[in-house]
Amino acid sequence: MEVIKKVLVIGGGVAGIQAALDIADGGYQVILVEKTPSVGGHMAQYAEVFPTLDCPQCILTPKMVDVGQHSNITLLTYAELQKVSGEVGNFTVEILQKARKVNHKKCTGCGTCWQKCPEKVPSEYDAGIADRAAIYIPFAQAVPAKPVIDTEHCRYIKHLEFVEGETEGKRPPQCRICERLCPAEAIDWEQEAQTITEQVGAIVVATGFDLMPIKRLPEYAEDPDVIDGIQFERMLSPGGPNAGVVRRPSDGKIPGEVVFVSCAGSRDPEHGVPHCSRVCCMYLAKQAMLYKHAVHDSQAHIFYIDTRTTGKGYEEFLQRTMTEGTVYLRGKVSRIYRDGDKLKVMGVDTLSGKQVEVSADLVVLGMAMLPSVGAKDMAARLGIATDEQGFFTESHIKIDPLESTRPGIYLAGTAQGPKDIPDSVAQGSGAASKVLGLFARSEMTPEGLTVG
Amino acid sequence: MDLSYYPGCTLKTRALNFEDSAIAAMAVLGVNLIELPRWNCCGTVYSMTDDDLAHHIAPVRNLVRIAEQGSDRVVTLCSFCYNTLKRADLLMRNSPEKRNTINTFMDDEIDYDGQVEVVHLLEVLRDDVGWEAVARKVKTSLEGLKVAPYYGCTLTRPQEIAIDSVESPTVLQGLMQAVGTTVLDFPLATECCGSFEIVSDPDAVIERAYTILGMAQRKGADAIVVSCPLCAHNLGHKQAEIAGKYSDFTGMPIVYFTQLLALAVGVNPEVCRFDLNFGGVEALLRDRGLIPQRV
Repeated sequence: MEVIKKVLVIGGGVAGIQAALDIADGGYQVILVEKTPSVGGHMAQYAEVFPTLDCPQCILTPKMVDVGQHSNITLLTYAELQKVSGEVGNFTVEILQKARKVNHKKCTGCGTCWQKCPEKVPSEYDAGIADRAAIYIPFAQAVPAKPVIDTEHCRYIKHLEFVEGETEGKRPPQCRICERLCPAEAIDWEQEAQTITEQVGAIVVATGFDLMPIKRLPEYAEDPDVIDGIQFERMLSPGGPNAGVVRRPSDGKIPGEVVFVSCAGSRDPEHGVPHCSRVCCMYLAKQAMLYKHAVHDSQAHIFYIDTRTTGKGYEEFLQRTMTEGTVYLRGKVSRIYRDGDKLKVMGVDTLSGKQVEVSADLVVLGMAMLPSVGAKDMAARLGIATDEQGFFTESHIKIDPLESTRPGIYLAGTAQGPKDIPDSVAQGSGAASKVLGLFARSEMTPEGLTVG
Repeated sequence: MDLSYYPGCTLKTRALNFEDSAIAAMAVLGVNLIELPRWNCCGTVYSMTDDDLAHHIAPVRNLVRIAEQGSDRVVTLCSFCYNTLKRADLLMRNSPEKRNTINTFMDDEIDYDGQVEVVHLLEVLRDDVGWEAVARKVKTSLEGLKVAPYYGCTLTRPQEIAIDSVESPTVLQGLMQAVGTTVLDFPLATECCGSFEIVSDPDAVIERAYTILGMAQRKGADAIVVSCPLCAHNLGHKQAEIAGKYSDFTGMPIVYFTQLLALAVGVNPEVCRFDLNFGGVEALLRDRGLIPQRV
């Protein structure tokens, strides 16, 4: 049986981007499917990345543009894998292209629509600390830089649904401002979701991670000034909602004292997550450093269990954070609560053997890294195994870390387990080399093994 | 409904206000708390030493007494008693080897292997009676009274025996809302009161108490509602000393949940023994017109 020399890459984060580019550069056709309206993934949200503090916009955006323009890559954003059948060398995949309600062939990406849209929705890219419009591109450097209409929140779509449903109550306004103002007449209310069927020889799964929601740790107070690491990245980012000025959500005050909590949810079997999330030690050290650079005469405390800095240049980075005045307290935090204008962080310093209470204007939780929402459904669709958390299981944890449990389906990035950017990129390239190796053969034997 | 009731030592001495108000209030709600004819010390503190089985004999013997009289459920008021009895029961259910050793040691008694369910009165109120039924029985709503719920540790720790969420319990809130009080968001509701450190390190307990009481005062609480006699003691009896040390502390009434429940369902205030409470509970209730002025 002939090997179909075309690959499906699921997930447009840095791991999926790397895998797609390497396979495309190897001369084979790639279909890159991303469920959000833009590639970039979590990395695009970060302010600056450790250990070299380069800006992800500078190092990631070129790769994003490459996948958007590569002649061997078909980029399907706002799309999701629905169904897989067949076997290694010859899979049939069904992909649902969600309705964008915008004709991307006509759209020039001028931006008039998303600037004028009156509806405001919490921005996924800004992790909820700022709003976006109902017609939007997720962020300025989005690829493609053409918008989609969020049909759940669009006023006109709500109006149409209201009229069709013949429901009682107040009719939502007609709106259609985007349509009236669009110079390219690209708004297409008739556009429907469509299913795309493709034949591919291999699949790379790079569906990434999501952070554990803070509400799973009720002892860490539901308070607007208790935020997670990605939200703080957006605050620190020069391209973020406050242009890099750190302001706490409750009252916009610039926080003079910030407490960072490592292992919030991770390494905590009591909360069902025994694993180490691997990146929190480093990004909290980085965030503390960036915060102290942004707010002079400020105080940063980091609660930690151990500092795990196993990457190249990481320990040196940590030492720098410590010498620049961030105070490390070895112990866990038992409770965070509001006391007037301040948050109180109760914990223990196991080096002095004393209970401590640190006051803070803002608390940043290094929440546990979990598989992206829907990973278990994805595994079921792909027919591959996951561990208890939903991270995809590799064929062998040590010597086959790139293969899934199903031949022809490869793993890349944090979908397989928590990892940092260098490891995600390396695994993306590794999965690509596996696919290229497969595509170097032209025939499959009945046993599913490739022959030359 | 009749329920076997295990009192424990403190309810017969320092915490008469807890016991008397509970029995009277539950009678109004149609639950008769029937004290065990024979009981002994609950063991006070559950021994964490793996091979220290002798410490579990006291609570197990109580469970045997309860099983002997044909009851399969026992209710406690004191949360320390709840903790030791419930954990001893769990040990006897889950560790066949230890169960065997303990049963053999007490060869004059019937064997115990988990015949009795140990419950706390708050569970009975929540699960058997229900907040709506409590609310229907309220004669004097305690509206306007702002309370801070305080759980202490032994009702919700360890997790295996918790009567409610370990980190964010709500059972006292449910009850206190049913009797009409305003329940404040109290972040220190599950903080340790200092517990038995009161014996060896009273100064540490004073610091704990000041933290908890001070927070309640800043939150605008009229009183702290407790469910444990040791919490009541630790938060209550050193308040004059705390006020002497910290000038911003002016006193905080400490009241058992059963006393406010009793008051709300129409039990004679004299039965509630507010005279035994710390922190000026009588003055507060008089001020609010909830108990008669002193003649």
